[in-house]
Amino acid sequence: MSSAALSVGSLAAGYGGVLALKDVSLTAAPATITVVLGANGAGKTTLLRTVSGLVRPRAGRVLVDDTDLTGRPPEDVARAGVAHVPEGHGVIAELTVEENLRLGAMSWRRDGRNTGRAARAAAVAAACDRFPNLGRRRHKPAAVLSGGERQLLAIARALLARPRVLLLDEPSLGLAPRAVRQVMELISQLRAESGLTILLVEQNARGALAIADQGVVLSLGTVVATADAGTLAADVALRHHYLGY
Amino acid sequence: MLEFLQFTLSGISFGAVYAAVALSLVLIWRGTRILNFAQGAMAMFTTYIALEVIRGTGSYWAGFAVALAAGLVFGALAEVTVIRPVEGKPPLNAVIVTIGLLVLVEGLAGIIYGGQYRSFPAAFTVTGLRAGRSPLGISWFDVFTVLAVLAAAAALAAGFRYTTAGLRLRATAFDARIARLLGVRVGRVLTLGWALAGLLGALAGLLISPSTFLYPNSMDSIFVFGFTAAVIGGLDSPAGAVAGGLILGVLLSYAGGYLGSELTPLAGLVILALVLTFRPDGLFAGVRLRRV
Repeated sequence: MSSAALSVGSLAAGYGGVLALKDVSLTAAPATITVVLGANGAGKTTLLRTVSGLVRPRAGRVLVDDTDLTGRPPEDVARAGVAHVPEGHGVIAELTVEENLRLGAMSWRRDGRNTGRAARAAAVAAACDRFPNLGRRRHKPAAVLSGGERQLLAIARALLARPRVLLLDEPSLGLAPRAVRQVMELISQLRAESGLTILLVEQNARGALAIADQGVVLSLGTVVATADAGTLAADVALRHHYLGY
Repeated sequence: MLEFLQFTLSGISFGAVYAAVALSLVLIWRGTRILNFAQGAMAMFTTYIALEVIRGTGSYWAGFAVALAAGLVFGALAEVTVIRPVEGKPPLNAVIVTIGLLVLVEGLAGIIYGGQYRSFPAAFTVTGLRAGRSPLGISWFDVFTVLAVLAAAAALAAGFRYTTAGLRLRATAFDARIARLLGVRVGRVLTLGWALAGLLGALAGLLISPSTFLYPNSMDSIFVFGFTAAVIGGLDSPAGAVAGGLILGVLLSYAGGYLGSELTPLAGLVILALVLTFRPDGLFAGVRLRRV
């Protein structure tokens, strides 16, 4: 149990009278990518929202590095090291690119590293160097960015929070094929270079399984399969039934 | 011609006060999507506090400072105690709560200070300024009024733009859900917004009361004009609120000057109705970055 970076146990959550998540359990080891698959309405987005605190769970547990975050408000979960890039990226279009990035680096937890103003400015500058398309327009409103660039900005902003766990909700949705490849490459680089544990929700099952370590298939709010990514990709019956390819 | 200049200058002076009220309403609106009907009443109360302090200490500026501090505290207290429970609830809940607060504060003022009109001192002389031999229709206190409001607005704008707290305030105003996901403690940010609004309201009360007298309802019409100014500016825009205040002040001054002062409140309502009918997003609404 203690080896899991993220552990979700028997989670149930919903909106009003409807339970979107009935009973979901999963564990993700440190520095792995877990892809969550399933049809529309399977509960994928609700799972991420419940982990990050946007939706209060009705039952179950959420543990990050053995810290119990069940039912805590989103700002506390974020400060405990969980970064959530929501569906539709959540870039604040009215703020500049740099202000979006600065927001990411504003709520560092005290983990022994330097959290001073200069360190935060340096982290923002480093992000601008790493993503030159963003750096070039750092003083422009984020509204001028293309869809792919906004997705990169949202991910860069999430990384600036120095998270332990990164939740990504359909980062490829609505992007051009080239941008999709770029985003997927970035996600697999992140695991390799920073030991980040990633929970990735994707419609694009084939592309996501190609970079993931583990796959979880949801259907109507329950887990119908958990296996390593290669096994899931090879399971023709499962693919036909739940993933549609 | 001289008359026109006089009406314009005095309109700018009154408009500055409407701008301060409008700015305070916009600050609250942007953060919480609540229109604080008690904003004027709270300003009335802090002005009574100023009057007490001025009487006790003999210093106008001590009263001025205490009133601003009281505005800050009242704004924060109002958010934490009565507004927090209705945030994110249907809009009517907040309307009822802030109207309740208005009735409560005005009632308390009546109980504590009585209903009679009291004169409130001005920071500077209210004798009219002259250019050569022509009276300009304004005093040094009017000049101070405009400068104080512009300074407060500029300080706010700089704070929004250049400080971390300002960035948190703007992020919360644009998208509170995203701000929370980034670790922003939205509750504290909203308290700060209400506190700053309380301070601006207190400033407006101090600046207008020498010309209106002070009594429990004395800020009601100022609130209505401040709200009209905020609507002219688009309710969402601090710069629009300041511009809206000045525009409204000048227009009302012309209406009062040329048509008769008894028509001023009516002119305010006509302007409000016209703006809501033809430019409901405000005079300055440009291209929208986001459709909510």
